Amino acid sequence: MSDTATETEGGERGPVTHLATPIRLEYNFTAGIAQSRYLRGLAEGKFIGQRCPVCHKVYVPARGSCPTDGVATTDEVVLSNSGTVTTYCIVNVPFAGQTIEIPYICAQVLLDGANLSFMGLIQEIPTDEVRMGMRVEAVWVPDDELGPTLASVKYFRPNGEPDADYETYKEYL
Amino acid sequence: MSPPTPRQGHRPVAVVSFAQADNLRREGARNEVEMLLPVIGEVFANVGITKDDVGFICSGSTDYLVGGPFSFVTALDAVGVWPPRSESHVEMDAAWALYEAWVRLQEDDIDAALVYGFGKSSLGNLGEIFALQLDPYVMAPLWPDPVSLAALQARALLDSGRTTEQELAEIAARNRRRALTNPNAQVAGEFDVAELLAEDYVVSPLRRHTLPPITDGACAIVLAVGGRAYELAERPAWITGIDHRVETHAIGARDLTHSPSTRKAGEIAGALDGGIDIAELHAPFASQEVVVRDALSLGDNVDVNPSGGVLAANPIMSAGLARIGEAASRILDGTAGRALAHATSGPLLQQNLVAVLERG
Repeated sequence: MSDTATETEGGERGPVTHLATPIRLEYNFTAGIAQSRYLRGLAEGKFIGQRCPVCHKVYVPARGSCPTDGVATTDEVVLSNSGTVTTYCIVNVPFAGQTIEIPYICAQVLLDGANLSFMGLIQEIPTDEVRMGMRVEAVWVPDDELGPTLASVKYFRPNGEPDADYETYKEYL
Repeated sequence: MSPPTPRQGHRPVAVVSFAQADNLRREGARNEVEMLLPVIGEVFANVGITKDDVGFICSGSTDYLVGGPFSFVTALDAVGVWPPRSESHVEMDAAWALYEAWVRLQEDDIDAALVYGFGKSSLGNLGEIFALQLDPYVMAPLWPDPVSLAALQARALLDSGRTTEQELAEIAARNRRRALTNPNAQVAGEFDVAELLAEDYVVSPLRRHTLPPITDGACAIVLAVGGRAYELAERPAWITGIDHRVETHAIGARDLTHSPSTRKAGEIAGALDGGIDIAELHAPFASQEVVVRDALSLGDNVDVNPSGGVLAANPIMSAGLARIGEAASRILDGTAGRALAHATSGPLLQQNLVAVLERG
């Protein structure tokens, strides 16, 4: 903690104008049962989601409940390694802590069989060739580097299939 | 059957259902949503309704417990808010969420509401987290923990001659004995007062038995209006009066041995009119039960904390709502005719809510 007082020419201390009070709190984070399954799946090199028993949507990552129906998602679903780019952006702006060389692509990928897209990098393709509907597949880190983290997925790359029809992903934009 | 005439508002509102999670020292693997899901499910199932039957949802929690922003938004996943729902949240004990729902129910367009509160106290350091609710300039930088602050209050109370260390031990023993019949209690048992008094101080003059347990927990209530309440429950617990008052956050400017905010809220809620069968008080420290009892002029004829109160389980952010739920349960099960529920928020009983619940 420090305080700052203005000092006059005569050496008298004036009113305190500001003070700094550093605050730091430490927490144990609980991922939850459903998200723990998802994270452990990443450590095994696969995407694990959960299906809502009411609306049958598959969420990945699942948080243990269907946010639409408010019921527990109990059916576990192992999802495909491939998916569709629903939307993307080209990152051209450098920022503090950036670990990837710009320009690069950040995209929303809808895994086959999932009803929720999530964010991933797109590589092995020139940035100006990335497009909505592009079919991609996950590239994982080597087996001995897999862990319960999304960092287990290095990036997505084109899987060579023809682009998906807009109708198949328009609900996920 | 007809509801008793409420002192405030023109629409009589009743608690028709109450559900709570097991109060645990550590919830373990479940996150807040997974902890809430069965509680929300049970509070609806008790009265045979679903989320589609409530016109308003209000919750109480704090992001400071989980250490993540907007955790209350995530918690809505436990309810399911599609199609879009009218929903609100208070960064306070969920007893105040119930107050907001009670106000909302005074409008004629809805006839039922869901209220819930939740918190996992095991994730962080409560001693540090609670320091951050103090004023940020002169108090919070000192990081005073809640036990040390409560000890100042208890010392002032002992010095005033209104209690003794013996009485504080008796209060703790009585609450935990009552908790023996509460299947959701965390700390329950028979304790010998002489043995309790032989304990060392945690912070003088407070011994361990005068402190609340650290609890992970959640609870939920369904409120309903008028005839809708009679459709859902045989004996609705009618809220005939409810009010809350706040005192200055400057602890040094308050007489910590009295709780004028509790008294004022109690007056307005009708709690001072007598005839109270049971009272559920949100007094986390044994010494605070003395302050709250005095403020509400509760005599020996009132059964205080049949659930064991918060000395038996103190789920932060839902402990106050649980007091309303426990008091209402005594009306719903027919064992009480007039019940009082008290909830507190802020350091050393800074803000207090009093509700009076009655049989129809």
